[in-house]
Amino acid sequence: MHNIAATHDENKAQYFWVWGALLVLTGIEVVLAYNQVFQPVRMLEVLMVLSVIKAALIIAYFMHLKFEVPFMRFMLMAAIVACLCLMCIFFPDALRIVKLGVQ
Amino acid sequence: MADVAVQHEVSGVFEPSLFGTYSKKIGMWLFLASDSLTFGALLFAYSYGRLSNPHWPTPFGKESITNATVMTACLLSSSLTMVLGVLAARRGDRAWTRNWLLATMFFGAAFIVLHALEWTKLIHEGMTPFTNPWDADVPQFGGTFFTLTGMHMLHVTIGVIYLGVVALRKKFLPVLLVLWLVGWLTTSGNAVFHIGIHVLLLGAIVSAMVLFLHPKDYDAHDVEVSGLYWHFVDLVWMFIFPLVYLMSTRVTG
Repeated sequence: MHNIAATHDENKAQYFWVWGALLVLTGIEVVLAYNQVFQPVRMLEVLMVLSVIKAALIIAYFMHLKFEVPFMRFMLMAAIVACLCLMCIFFPDALRIVKLGVQ
Repeated sequence: MADVAVQHEVSGVFEPSLFGTYSKKIGMWLFLASDSLTFGALLFAYSYGRLSNPHWPTPFGKESITNATVMTACLLSSSLTMVLGVLAARRGDRAWTRNWLLATMFFGAAFIVLHALEWTKLIHEGMTPFTNPWDADVPQFGGTFFTLTGMHMLHVTIGVIYLGVVALRKKFLPVLLVLWLVGWLTTSGNAVFHIGIHVLLLGAIVSAMVLFLHPKDYDAHDVEVSGLYWHFVDLVWMFIFPLVYLMSTRVTG
């Protein structure tokens, strides 16, 4: 196994901080959901915001995308986020079924 | 177009990478981008069903939520050990690279076992891919749940095998075969995992083909690329856990 040059600060402590933050955010999600602090739609919004923060931490630090060249960061994230957002186009149809009372 | 942009006839001279990194890493990122759309489609299918059915079941009581929270902690901890393994590989520390990869595999295996127990519990309660025992009007709950979580469980299993190959190389093959045999012999004939355990046999066959037909000493780049895959399965679970489990919590359970 050969050495490769480190391209960024390899401070182990930052990974433990990220891990701790992820566990804390997970704990917050569980407490909010189990105690049903919000109405379902608001709960979904809060949980998704927390999940996106957790995903960003994993991608940026654990997957090292924060330390890649800006072009790679932009190309990957823009493409994936755009494609996933396009899938949201189907959700109004799901709500239409509920509103029309289709069984 | 510049007529001397790439000199193909000169050995070892190539156009510089567009992304400023090595090709194996770019290849893995492109695979993960495509895989994220696969999981995106499954998550959107589940969410569509959930939105369009006011009677969507909420079968996950305290025991299930606790189990899923421990599973989440296992995956998050496995991501930490994985990144520490990548750092050890960069230092050229073989022993600690292997140790951290084995720790990652342990957490991954714990996740799979806990998930299998959760599946078994739901199946005993009468849930199948075509029916759910809580509301007969919402049969798609079982189908979307098992497809989404099953696809993720398959990815975690493949990840554990992948890391085993990188960490132990040919020594991993007998371990994998013993695990397959023990799993096959100890599960009852009508259990879903009696058939599902054959994924390990398939994994052993594919691993053997890779290890014997393309033998190599896995370096720090290989460890980093395997780490990208592992962090991705962790990342996907960060959306499955709230959407499937937390949004279907049964408080009185």
